[in-house]
Amino acid sequence: MKIRRLSRLLPVAPAILLLLVFLLAPVAWSFYASFTDAALTGKAAREPQWVGAENYVRMVTDDAFPTAVWLTVVFVAASAVLGQNLLGLLIALLMTRSRKSVSDWVGTAVVAAWVLPEIVAAFAAYAYFNRDGTLNQLLAVLGTHGLDWLYSFPLVAIILANTWRGTAFSMLVYRAALANVPRDVSEAALMDGARGWQRLAFITLPLIRNSIATNLMLITLQTLAVFTLIWVMTAGGPANASTTLPVLAYQEAFKFGDIGYGTAVASVLILLGMVFGAVYVWLLRERRA
Amino acid sequence: MKRSRARVGADVALLVIGLCFAAPLLWLVLAAVDPQAGYQTKVPPAPSLTNFSAVMTPELLGRPLLNSFVLSAGTALVNLLAAVLAAYPLSRYRSRFNKPFMYTVLFGTSLPVTAIMVPVYGLFVQLQLLDSMAATIFFMATTTLPMAIWMAKNFMDTVPLELEEAAWMDGASNLVTLRTIVLPLMGQGLGVVFIFVFIQAWGNFFVPFILLLSTGKQPAALSIFSFFGQHGAIAYGQLAAFSILYSVPVLVLYAVVSRGMGNSFAMSGAMKG
Repeated sequence: MKIRRLSRLLPVAPAILLLLVFLLAPVAWSFYASFTDAALTGKAAREPQWVGAENYVRMVTDDAFPTAVWLTVVFVAASAVLGQNLLGLLIALLMTRSRKSVSDWVGTAVVAAWVLPEIVAAFAAYAYFNRDGTLNQLLAVLGTHGLDWLYSFPLVAIILANTWRGTAFSMLVYRAALANVPRDVSEAALMDGARGWQRLAFITLPLIRNSIATNLMLITLQTLAVFTLIWVMTAGGPANASTTLPVLAYQEAFKFGDIGYGTAVASVLILLGMVFGAVYVWLLRERRA
Repeated sequence: MKRSRARVGADVALLVIGLCFAAPLLWLVLAAVDPQAGYQTKVPPAPSLTNFSAVMTPELLGRPLLNSFVLSAGTALVNLLAAVLAAYPLSRYRSRFNKPFMYTVLFGTSLPVTAIMVPVYGLFVQLQLLDSMAATIFFMATTTLPMAIWMAKNFMDTVPLELEEAAWMDGASNLVTLRTIVLPLMGQGLGVVFIFVFIQAWGNFFVPFILLLSTGKQPAALSIFSFFGQHGAIAYGQLAAFSILYSVPVLVLYAVVSRGMGNSFAMSGAMKG
């Protein structure tokens, strides 16, 4: 009887095997390697030595790591939590009132930036923010002096670029959520004379709060992992002015060949992802209970 | 009267936002048809398709796109097979194992993939899997597997159990009913999962960038760097033309999914608890 029940679960085996080998093993290896002096080449590549918490000590004392943490926090807060989230909500709200042809056209433009292969989007953003690029052309039309965005304000450039790239996701989530808000609820508020923004704050937003929470978790996780966009636009520079944690992990491991330190930075990022992942799962569980 | 004014306001605001989103893409389109393109967005003085004909060679376009296709289709197939098999018992049988497993899977969707690329590289070196197309396919299939299992289970839940029970009475096995009854009924859902994974793999840059080394195996996401000549001389027009040709397949696939069944459908499969 027991065997029969177990055999029913047999089809799950390939998936579990894949997850163990290609997801859990790298995570485990990351934590292990972060306590060694593993390197890309040379003797330390063949026989890495156990160095204890040395990599983590270096992290706290090294300037690059705290800076990268701070840049990552600013990047996620500004481009995901504020940029993508609020802009996505605004677009979705405007779409409930606008002409269908307009919302279709705008929806296509927003989604296009999101569906494009990441390297193409990154090149388009690079060209846009370049000193001779479109943004400065537009500013010149308005009579303002252009700036060398990628050099003088790299963080601003990558924040704007990531907002451009990712807003579509929030827009789609909020469009789906707003479509489920019963029309008579907001109509009734209209009768009571609830003004527009009050209606939004006290009726619409509380009704879609689950979608807001889910969306915030997902875009935070996606933005934490952004690498290609930053790497193509600024390569983390100039100096370390736009080196977020994924870029730092990559540089340490592959540019400087220090796999041990690189995996230590990666491990911190993985832990951060796990915390957000746990909150996300907990949120969904609460909702179903 | 008040209504229509609010509507015009919404239309105008949306159009402004839409233009901001379209602006960076305009450069791509205009530069592609301009043989003398630079970073500036301008109407080409002498528009022509020479950029396209220049990149449409077997080495520049054919081989990389074929590699991209093998990588993406392989990833989507491995992923779909594992996801559907896993989703079947989770959707069909009650078990103490189901809930914890689904929450673990959900947890797995939140792992930042870029963070594990350094350890994955180390692991691939140890196992001598570096520069292997097959290993890269299995890895990419696994990174999207948690989301795919989640979606596949939700789609499978919508297929009524009664249909299968009748076939079981006649002595059909689970795998037979899965193939002949469940899968055909969730065809649309399977299509969504396949396209979803395919688009992600097609656009992925970082994973092949770390795991595939030889030029002959590189997908379009990597070969695009061949337009960066030495000493920083970039063939902008060709870069733009290549970008467009490389992007068209995913734009078409996305349009198929969203036209065919609506965004909310694809979204509900992914988001529904």
